[in-house]
Amino acid sequence: MQITVTVNGAQKSVDVEPRLLLVHLIRETLGLTGTHLGCDTTHCGACTVLLDGVPVKSCTVFGVQADGREVTTVEGLLTAGALDPIQAAFKEEHGLQCGFCTPGMMLVGKTLLEKNPSPSDDDVRWAISGNICRCTGYMNIVKAIQTAGRVMAESAASES
Amino acid sequence: MLPSRFEYHRPGSVEEALGMLGDLEDAKVLAGGQSLIPVLKLRFAAPAHLVDINRIPGLGDIAEADGALRIGALVRHNQVASSGTVRGGYPLLAAAAPQIADPLVRNLGSVGGSLAHADPAGDWGAVMLATGASVVLTSSRGERTMPVSEFLIDVFTTALEPDELLTEVRVPTPPPRSSGTYLKLERKVGDFATVAAAVQVEMSDGKIGRAGIALTGVGTKNIHAVDAEASLAGAEPSEAAFAEAGRLAAAAASPVADVRGSVEYKRHMVEVFVRRGLTTAAAAAVA
Repeated sequence: MQITVTVNGAQKSVDVEPRLLLVHLIRETLGLTGTHLGCDTTHCGACTVLLDGVPVKSCTVFGVQADGREVTTVEGLLTAGALDPIQAAFKEEHGLQCGFCTPGMMLVGKTLLEKNPSPSDDDVRWAISGNICRCTGYMNIVKAIQTAGRVMAESAASES
Repeated sequence: MLPSRFEYHRPGSVEEALGMLGDLEDAKVLAGGQSLIPVLKLRFAAPAHLVDINRIPGLGDIAEADGALRIGALVRHNQVASSGTVRGGYPLLAAAAPQIADPLVRNLGSVGGSLAHADPAGDWGAVMLATGASVVLTSSRGERTMPVSEFLIDVFTTALEPDELLTEVRVPTPPPRSSGTYLKLERKVGDFATVAAAVQVEMSDGKIGRAGIALTGVGTKNIHAVDAEASLAGAEPSEAAFAEAGRLAAAAASPVADVRGSVEYKRHMVEVFVRRGLTTAAAAAVA
């Protein structure tokens, strides 16, 4: 089936089998391997992407369902070669060890901050409760998301 | 994991979807997909056709009309959790929605899809039994409304005919001085419930007018604890009455032992949750 998906701002037209999962479309058809395939059973959240701005598990969505819609992957966080504040904060706060869960954590963190710019520990833990980190680095992941919120608020204040 | 091959259909209207469901042999409706896609990937099911209803306009609304909350077929769990109407007047739904699966699954999974999937560990089945909700089933032949208690038949089995689409869930608006809650025991976020209990208490002149009690994860379908409900109708709210209702609900449960717990443990947790839920809801109803 011929579909057109906007991935990180660029339109991609591809011919896919309907049973192809979105995660495979992203990783294999489009070659964007920043999105990880972890459990493949809707538990771990390593495959998280944004579908029209909403975080979803791309192992539990068919590629054809993204036809005509916008997908944002971790690669889309980078703007003109500059790290997104969420990426910079994960680096600064050591919000990752092995990095496998990190793309999902950052995308979920970013959407949380859009709704709640200064989340509490509980707010962050609630938001990332569908994403599993097996290095048990949750402490620093929570800190990183909160730091990104602070940095974004500060830069918004200095611009206005 | 790849599902078996299927033909993919994307109707733009309810009429078109109903035509497809009537014409196609061995078709399944794809709504949120958060139960169906895992089932397809594990090849527990391999339908020849998938009818994706996600692009049909008008199925994604929550609205109150004629004494009921109308939940469209494509309303997502998170939409229920964040709805002001739900939070204002439907405390049992408001309590249950944020406990379903995890935040990302709640962004896609739908109330209607969850009911139609009829997993005995599904949360909405118990919630809808306790609220006395109905489902609207639509086909090219017409429309019928059925109480959820008749709709849920057995594990993964409902009264839905192959040519029918569950288009709406209708939850009766609770009278004033009502409340409800949903207590769920899970090993971790996103796991199936070890045990969960949905309760609703409707007070009338200081007594219990109606109580709704239903259970998750302790039978081959969500269990409607009708004996426990009957024991409370017209009763004074009291510790003893709630304890007795808890015992009756535990007797109605038929859990199986698995990695989540023994039969005795699960039955005991039903008793605790029903008693605790009723106590909380009765207090909130008159607060």
